[in-house]
Amino acid sequence: MSSHVSSIREPLVFGNKSYHDITEDLVAATEKSPGKLWLAMFILAVIVLSFGVFAVTWTVYYGIGSWNLNRTIGWGWDITNFVWWIGIGHAGTLISAILLLFRQRWRTGVNRAAEAMTIFAVMCAAMFPLIHVGRAWDVFFFFPYPNTRGPLWPNFVSPLLWDVFAISTYFTISVLFWYTGLVPDFATIRDRATGFRKKIYSMLSFGWKGSAKNWQRFESISLVLAGLATPLVLSVHTIVSFDFATSVIPGWHTTIFPPYFVAGAVFSGFAMVLTLMLITRKILHLEDYITVNHIESMNKVILVTGSIVGVAYITELAIAWYSGYVYEQFAFLNRATGIYWWSYFGMMSCNVIIPQLFWSKKLRTSVFWTFFLSIWINIGMWFERFVIISTSIARDYLPSSWSYYIPTWVEIGIYIGTFGLFFVLFLGFTRVAPVVAIAEVKSILKEYGDQYLDKKQENI
Amino acid sequence: MKTKKNIVFGLYDDEQDLLKAVKVSNERGLKIYDVYSPFPIHGLDPLLGLKESRLHIVGFIFGTLGAMTAFFFMSWIFKIDWPNVFGGKAFLPTPAFIPITFELTVLFAGIGMVVTYFIVNGLSMKAETEVLHDRISDDKFCLAYDVTGTAFEHTNAYESLLNDTGATFVSSKEMSDL
Repeated sequence: MSSHVSSIREPLVFGNKSYHDITEDLVAATEKSPGKLWLAMFILAVIVLSFGVFAVTWTVYYGIGSWNLNRTIGWGWDITNFVWWIGIGHAGTLISAILLLFRQRWRTGVNRAAEAMTIFAVMCAAMFPLIHVGRAWDVFFFFPYPNTRGPLWPNFVSPLLWDVFAISTYFTISVLFWYTGLVPDFATIRDRATGFRKKIYSMLSFGWKGSAKNWQRFESISLVLAGLATPLVLSVHTIVSFDFATSVIPGWHTTIFPPYFVAGAVFSGFAMVLTLMLITRKILHLEDYITVNHIESMNKVILVTGSIVGVAYITELAIAWYSGYVYEQFAFLNRATGIYWWSYFGMMSCNVIIPQLFWSKKLRTSVFWTFFLSIWINIGMWFERFVIISTSIARDYLPSSWSYYIPTWVEIGIYIGTFGLFFVLFLGFTRVAPVVAIAEVKSILKEYGDQYLDKKQENI
Repeated sequence: MKTKKNIVFGLYDDEQDLLKAVKVSNERGLKIYDVYSPFPIHGLDPLLGLKESRLHIVGFIFGTLGAMTAFFFMSWIFKIDWPNVFGGKAFLPTPAFIPITFELTVLFAGIGMVVTYFIVNGLSMKAETEVLHDRISDDKFCLAYDVTGTAFEHTNAYESLLNDTGATFVSSKEMSDL
């Protein structure tokens, strides 16, 4: 097979692995007791999560008044964090669905963890609207069910309701996609396990046999789900952007929002995947499976989407000027030079300048630099959402109601708490399921294993 | 009641060996019961005479169902059950129905397909988990023949084929219907 291989193809699996080595390496983390580093991180995550639970409880008990939102600025950290987490949740489906359709083989090393990240990020995101409605226990009112109030139906032409449908669909499809892929890998764990562990994994693997027909259907469903998830993932952030774009607020009602939000979501999602994978790779010793070639590919995606985002920022400014509409012009001038100039500065430097550093091959193949820059991109994308949301409404039509907003400890606590939730779930996931898709890596071994490509390389 | 099957099977170390063995088996006219592998093997389906999966048709049907459910439900609510004016728009603002119609199309198609996939594959939490060999989900490629009711002298044909084609492990096992 290797005779047909292009000479520019870079290995994606290092260490002269056999099929059995792959199983041993990737199942290992679920079979051993956790290391000290894992334990320390997990305890930290639980503590952070507990603080988040406390802050949420405080909000529910005292009401939204415990936040610093005011009449002018009705959306602050909560919606910023919501959009930020949803954006992060875009990379997983992009990697698993869009890259599957484009036949990008490097997805196999990172897709499983990225999908898990997606699911957990969407859970964190869903927290914020849930709390922000004020009465979280009445949140089922969003769904159109026959009720005794008329029946009174939700407003199907409101982007906020579209959001409910988009995010719940996205979550459901992501979970199905992820689990369908996990079933064969759980079977691998099952066949190695004994006793109680075998029982658990027998249930989780749904009695997977790996027969020819099983695999044929598996490939078929993966492809069609990918085909469905691709427009879905684009629709989700498009609809999130509609929350703003269909309003009449200067700074919000711009038609560029859907593509700009989607590009931004992919941008921030990949940054988070990198942050997370570089840590996971270190803790679980997966350097042979998540290689520098994977990291470089992801950095290239960051470079492209980062540039799209940069162009979008500048287009927005140009269009505001070109529109001749003073309120629009003021909104953008105020963004860059007004009271929130620091967040605009953070956004511009982290999202426009930093990704351009990845033009350098040296930086985009460096683990340290990738990690360092990916964190700055995460921060920058948070600033972007804050800039869009809060600065646009802080200076509205009536100067007498102009306002400033800084969060209370409760809002900060909830945000920090979602990190706890995210890491508790992700760290838990690394203990019960293989973080790299075993069957998929085996299926590309003959095309991308270093021994077949005859390109031995020192791992970093 | 589940019937017991007597399975003769061989394990190969490489998918290419298995593909060759399947070809030889087809030449000798031996009916293959099934092939088990740790990952999908490309080029195997035509050799086994497997037809293309029809799951995508299921996806289409469920997707259509989802689209119709969403669109007609919203239309019925806005036009008949509780007509309301939102922002001076018409009672039936069809363009504004597109996002939810699309989401439900994907939702129905996805759930419908995955559930169908689990059912046709016989996958469930309570499914039989007996396997021919523990290494099949690891690194071995298994070619299996159903020899239930076959006389002893005829089963030799299967075993010799497995041995001839380089199976590293040949054995038989009595199993409930796979």
